[in-house]
Parts: sequence; C-alpha cells; structure tokens
Amino acid sequence: MNFKVALAGNPNSGKTTLFNRLTGSRQHVGNWPGVTIEKKEGSFQIEEHEITLVDLPGIYSMSVYSMEEIVARDFIMDEHPDLILNIVDGTNIERNLYLSLQLKELGIPMVIAVNMLDELKGKGITIDLKKLAALLDTPVVAISAKNGSGMEELIHELVHNTHSSVLDYDPATEAILKQISVIREACRHDHVHDKFYAMKMLENDEVIVRDLRMSKAQLNELESLQKQFCAQRGQREIDMAVADMRYALIEAMMKQCVKKSDSETSVSDRIDMIVTNKYLGIPVFFLILFLMFIVTFGPIGEGLKGWVETLINDVLAANLLVALTSMAVAPWALDLVNTVIGGVGSVLSFMPQIMLLFLFLSVLEDSGYMSRAAFLMDGMLRKIGLNGKAFIPMLMGFGCTVPAVMASRVLEHEQDRKMTILLIPFMSCGAKLPVYALFAGIFFPEHSGVAIFSMYVLGILVAIGCGFLLRHTVFKENESTFILELPPYRIPSFQVTMIHMWQKAKGFLIKAGTIIFSMTVLLWVLTNFSFTLQMVADPTSSILGTIGRLIAPLLIPLGFGHWQSAIALISGLIAKESVVSSMAVMYNVGNVSQLSGVLTRVFTPASAIAFMTFVLLYAPCVAAISAIHSEAGSWKYTLKSMGFQISVAYCVSFVVYHVVSLFI
Amino acid sequence: MTLFDCQVGEKAEVLGVSGERAIRKRLIDMGITTGTVLFIRKVAPLGDPIEIRCRGYELSLRKDEAKTIEVRRVG
Repeated sequence: MNFKVALAGNPNSGKTTLFNRLTGSRQHVGNWPGVTIEKKEGSFQIEEHEITLVDLPGIYSMSVYSMEEIVARDFIMDEHPDLILNIVDGTNIERNLYLSLQLKELGIPMVIAVNMLDELKGKGITIDLKKLAALLDTPVVAISAKNGSGMEELIHELVHNTHSSVLDYDPATEAILKQISVIREACRHDHVHDKFYAMKMLENDEVIVRDLRMSKAQLNELESLQKQFCAQRGQREIDMAVADMRYALIEAMMKQCVKKSDSETSVSDRIDMIVTNKYLGIPVFFLILFLMFIVTFGPIGEGLKGWVETLINDVLAANLLVALTSMAVAPWALDLVNTVIGGVGSVLSFMPQIMLLFLFLSVLEDSGYMSRAAFLMDGMLRKIGLNGKAFIPMLMGFGCTVPAVMASRVLEHEQDRKMTILLIPFMSCGAKLPVYALFAGIFFPEHSGVAIFSMYVLGILVAIGCGFLLRHTVFKENESTFILELPPYRIPSFQVTMIHMWQKAKGFLIKAGTIIFSMTVLLWVLTNFSFTLQMVADPTSSILGTIGRLIAPLLIPLGFGHWQSAIALISGLIAKESVVSSMAVMYNVGNVSQLSGVLTRVFTPASAIAFMTFVLLYAPCVAAISAIHSEAGSWKYTLKSMGFQISVAYCVSFVVYHVVSLFI
Repeated sequence: MTLFDCQVGEKAEVLGVSGERAIRKRLIDMGITTGTVLFIRKVAPLGDPIEIRCRGYELSLRKDEAKTIEVRRVG
C-alpha cells in the first residue's frame, strides 16, 4: 500500500523535527512550484506500507492571505492526500487547535500528534488526551519530536486510521451550513471537502467564493445567511464571527480536557527578563553576534579553513598534479585541472566557516532566540521596509554572501525574503577585503584603515538607500507587517541541530560541485581560447580579453576604463579574491609589489576609490549568485537582481569618482 | 480606545479588529477575537514592536497593528 500523508501544523510546533524524525535521510528538498517556499518530501517503510510524507509550510489557518497558506491549502485540496498528520504544540494547544478544526472540516482521515507535552509538566498543566480525541473524533497521540517518544504509536495510527469524520458545530451554525451547502451543490457537483467549502463560503473566503461562480441571486442568498450568522453570534463582521465560533468551541473543549494549577514565573519568562530587557536586550544581542563572528571568522574558523585549504592544495592538488605529470598529460590539461582545483577549492575552503555559521543559526532558531532578535531589531529595520528577522542574514553578509542568502530562509514572507536577498550583497563580504587592502595600501598608505572601513559603511548606506527606494517602488505592495509569535525558550537537541546544519551544508557542497565547477571550467576556456577556438598564450587575445576590451570604454566615466580592470571585474564574478590575482595576470607581473608599481601608473586615488566602490557593490560571485537562484527559485529574478546590483555599482562609482576627484 | 493606548502591565479585552483585510484576518486567526483578554507584557527596547500575551502564548506586533485592535481596559 502506498500512502500519501500531509504533515500540517503551526510554525514552531516542531513540524520539521518530526518530519526529520520520521523520514530520516530519505528526503527530497525543493521548492513549491512558482514560489520560494521550501517543499520537503520524504518516505519511509512500515510493514508492507510505503508512506510518503509531505511537509507543508507552517501555517496558522487555512486562509489565503499568505503564500504559505495558499501552498498548503492547494496541496491538500488538489493532491488529495490519504491522511493529514496534524502536529500540535501541547504548550500552546488553544491556538494550535484552531488550525486542527479547519483541517477537520476537510473530511480527510486525520491523526493529531500532540508535541512537547513533557514541557507542560513543569508548568502544572495536564491535558486529558483521551477526552480530546473523543471530542475531536480523531486519534490523538502524545509525542516528543525532539527525543523520539511516541513514534511507534503515531506510526501505528498513521497506517491504520482510515476514519474520516467531520465535526459538528453547534446546531444553529449547522443549520446555516446546511443552507449554504444547498447553494454550493447548485454550483459544484462533487462532494469532496463539503464542509470545508460550506465553512469557507460562510467565512466569505475570496478564492472559494470566486471559483464557485455564483449567480447574483446565490450571492445575495449567501450574504443574507452570513448576516444571519453574524446576528446569531452577536458580531458585526463575518470573518470575526466565524473565528469567534471556532475559538469558542476550542475554549469549551479546553474546559473539559485541560487542568491548570497556578504556576510561578516560567524559565522562559525569566530568560526574557534579561534577553529582551529594555536596557540589556540590545547589548546582549550584540554580544551574541560578536561571539558568533569571533568563532566563525576568528582563530577557530580561520584555523579550520586553513586546514581545509592545506588538504586541498598540498595534499589533493599536489598529489594529483604529480600523478598527472608522471602520466605526461598535455600542459593545457594540467593548467585546467589546476584552475578547477583552485576555483572549487577556494569555495570549498569556506565550508568550515559556513558550517559554523549554520550551527549557530540552527541553535538560535531552535532555541527560540531568533524571534527575540527580530523583536529587538524590528524598530530599526522597518525604517527601510524590512522585517526584524532580516537582521541576522544581513549581518552574516559581512562574512560570506552564500550562507547569508541561505539564512534569509528564516523570513516567512516571500517579499521580505526577496528584498533581503537583494540587499545582502551590499554587505561587504570577506572576499572583497583583499581588493580593498591592495588599493588602500597603494593609494592611501597613511589612512588605509579609514579607506577600508569607509567601504563597509558605504555598503550599509547603499543598502539603506536601496531599501528605501525599493520599498517605494518594486516592493510597494509589501505591506510590511510584524505579527510574530515568541515561542518559549527550548534547549535544542544535539541531534536535531546537527541534522539542520548538515542539510544546509549539503546544499552548499552540491552547489560547489556543480555550478561552481562548471563556471570555473567555462572561465578557463574563456581566458585560454580565442573566438576562433584557437588556444592562446596571451590572455589579451582570448575571448575574455576581447570582451574586456569591449567593456572597457563603458568604464571610462568611472575612471578605470582599461581592459585589464574590466577582465579583473569579470573574473571577480567567479570569486572576489581573484580580482587581485587576475589583475596580476593581466598586467603580466609576478608579485604584489610589481603590481603596485603598475597600478600607481594606471589608477589615480579617485579612480582607485571608484574601483573599490564598484567591487563593493556589483554582482556577487557565482557561489552567491547560485545561492540567490536557489533561494529565489527563478533565473529571471536572479538576473534582475544582478542587473540591479551592477546598475547601483555603476551609478555610485560614477558619483564617488567625480566627487572624490574634486577633493583629491 | 485601542491596544496602542494601553500601558505595559495592563489587561485589555478585545472588542474588535479593523484595518486591512489580510492583516486583520491574521490577527483574528492568531486568536485575537472579541472577548479575548490580552495582557500587555513589554515594549521592545527601540520602542516598537510590543509583546502581548494572548491565549496562553507570547505574541509580538507593531504599534501600527496594535492601533487596529479595539479594546477596553479590564481589571
């Protein structure tokens, strides 16, 4: 038997943890068609049953007001899962059951897994699950997704539950629903999800009402039934009346199943007294960030990075080259292998730092601190139309754009995510530092620190400016809102954290192995062949050299219209570090001091600053571009964002060049 | 009066939610329905957003959103 099970639940209910627990490593991660919301599918075998589990986005309601809700709802209504597994946070059962009631209306067999019941013991709360199961007419299983208890019973219920029932509301509501069903039958003949349709019509759900194409008379009838319902509930508006009815039913159920004894301040409240304190909140936040960065980009991260570099260059590359040389391969092949190892290797060497960053992020997310960070920072970020949650990804951008873009996943809304992804590359990443260091050292030897620091500040200012601009143009409709649950603090489980970290790291490895590999090969071809596909010894006559010559005139207004700069910038698309090395190649010099000599002749201080500005702002490296592509889910958006960044870089460099020329 | 007018430490009973439809629906779905008692816990260090307690959990929302929630003070 092949079963399709949809896993549905509120955000923060432990849904992902349960998904990982059930499916282990047999997962497929992708995006839902057309949107940037992650789609995870996994399967597992129980007895003779093959169960496919689909992880739906975390939602609070079956409405249509967010992409997440639409995706989850469309899946359940169009793909007809055999069963819904509804995970419910036991510590927040009242609000979680609001979704359960709506899922129940679909008439699909359902199992409710109540998670985190162990936490309730400390709070002096007990829930009578047998009673709850009877009231909901649905199997209810107590589980702990974190430590794995209750899994056997849950799986047993998943396999053996074929009981599809819908819940009856109070008689007055049912009478109205019955009349609505008559209207629905006239518009739509099949009887799938009957009750769900009736409830959504009562609620005046935009999509359902539109799709039914009701006649004028039917619409009027529906409206009068809605009015009648409002009057019954003593409400003015229909959506409030329906929500009030659902919550009233849940409250009645809670009275029968939940026993509370007054408890003292919870641990979570005590942590929050410090962590979101009026005076301490922000210093604590920056302390956490500081620690995170010191570990990742300080001695520990750098040490690990050096170790990986040694492994790749001295062990892998050296031995491979020796072996290839002994086999007497052609020199061009040796050069190609060398370039590829260099290109992929330089990206792979970031792996330890990326894993460390993701380790911290997983811990921050799973412990519940991420929501507090958003709570603290929202006041600042909303000014540029961003959500408080965007702060951490933006900040990570100073390290490396790739994990920063990947971390933008913490933002729930697609629009917020897209805008954050667009602005992250303006946060000057670590790889741009060698470029600044070289130019600042040559042209501003007395004030090189100031020159470098001003690049970082400029990046932030440009991000703020663009945020403003975008908010009033492209992302105008983005009604930036901030309605965020602050879940109780929880100690993250080691296993779960490791799984989360590994899943992200795996994505990065696959990227390095595919896109970066092929881009490096492509670039090698472009620098070693001419348009007539002849191999050339002098890079100036290569394809890239020719392109460089074509582009160079465009750069004249910026003060650095030489083809060497153009090519260096193109090679910077592979990795920002290579801007310096390819300049050395193009000017045909062997070391940095010779390069300095050449650069003082071709650059002026103003054009040097303009060049640094361009490197700061233009499109990020391939690794980052492919991360942007996989997060945004479309090449169109990726190319548009590159176009945007290049235009911004061009305009700002132009202004910088001419303004600085006035003073220096 | 609205939730925006309440002070930290006060309790307020919801009378209604106004405002743009999608945001209003989200607030209602999160459990801010008529008759619910909200407890105003704190204001973020930068003055916005605020943190409230609703149906046994912690919810954070901006002052703009708080202005759309009509309430009356309760003991």
